[in-house]
Amino acid sequence: MSRAPLVLAALLLALLPAAALGATPKVDLVDVEDEVMCVTCKVPLNIAEGAQPDSQRALIRDLIAQGKTKAQIKQQLVAEYGENVLALPESEGVGVTAYAIPLVLGAIVLGSLALLVPRWRRRPAAGVATGEPAGPADTATDDTLALSDVDRARLDEDLARYDR
Amino acid sequence: MKRLLVPTLAAVVALGLVGLLAYGLLVGAEDDSIEQAVARGNFPPAPSAPLPVLGESATQSVAGLRGKVVVLNFWASWCEPCRAEAPLLERAHKRLTTAGTGTVLGVTYDDSTPASLKFVEDYGMSFPSVRDVGTKLAKRYGTTYVPETFVIDRRGRIVDVFRGPIDQAFIDRALARAQA
Repeated sequence: MSRAPLVLAALLLALLPAAALGATPKVDLVDVEDEVMCVTCKVPLNIAEGAQPDSQRALIRDLIAQGKTKAQIKQQLVAEYGENVLALPESEGVGVTAYAIPLVLGAIVLGSLALLVPRWRRRPAAGVATGEPAGPADTATDDTLALSDVDRARLDEDLARYDR
Repeated sequence: MKRLLVPTLAAVVALGLVGLLAYGLLVGAEDDSIEQAVARGNFPPAPSAPLPVLGESATQSVAGLRGKVVVLNFWASWCEPCRAEAPLLERAHKRLTTAGTGTVLGVTYDDSTPASLKFVEDYGMSFPSVRDVGTKLAKRYGTTYVPETFVIDRRGRIVDVFRGPIDQAFIDRALARAQA
């Protein structure tokens, strides 16, 4: 009888406690610190120094010791310090610009595209040397249609030379 | 006309950004309008909002204390000068409550409830404090640091203000003015 199943079972049993621990990962201070703000100094807590950020860290440590999850800790921090503790722009005052500027820039880009794309599609196809007005770019399905007789002759010569 | 479209758009965006910058600078600037008004003798009405009382489920507001002199003090457990100020405020509170003329009302500033409660216990503060979560009331008083103290008369007007740790001379002068 092979011993492989027994060894496998022993390994699985040995790994069980680790798996159980992995199911409920313990939050550490560093993990929370970089996702919240120091409310007085307005910088991320992980780089803040002083009595107030130390006080925030002490609260986080207490909450970790109570076995709270990261989400619960953040919820408690909001209850204690307000929404500003989250590393998000303020939803009032000058902080609104953090949300507004991307929206405005996006609208400008979309508006510009809506304005410029039809104009670009109406432009004559580049490389037309015949002097005849070119049709809409989407009708020129064959590249050779945009070549003059001289260019076409030169292209044929070049291709023939490469074929030799 | 179409040629002007892109430069006009660029100008509007540039003006908008300059406007935002100016607004940001104005909003970030320290507000000393209360001090200026008090110095002119034009006592401004005290901003008020119902806030949760520290360690209780009830709320308290400055407006709810109309008819009494209120010494409104913004403090935090992590604030070093607040420790030196606490006994002074406690004496002022006892003086006001004994005379039946007013109270000290603390307002916690960017402080957690457990830390604030420990501070109250450590310094034997018998006066009530409210929790200003998100410092919304503090902003209306132009408060960006602690400690700061505002003395409010019976009519709900700010008659004296001190941004920094107060001393006995300030309390004596401010209470005399508020009770006049």
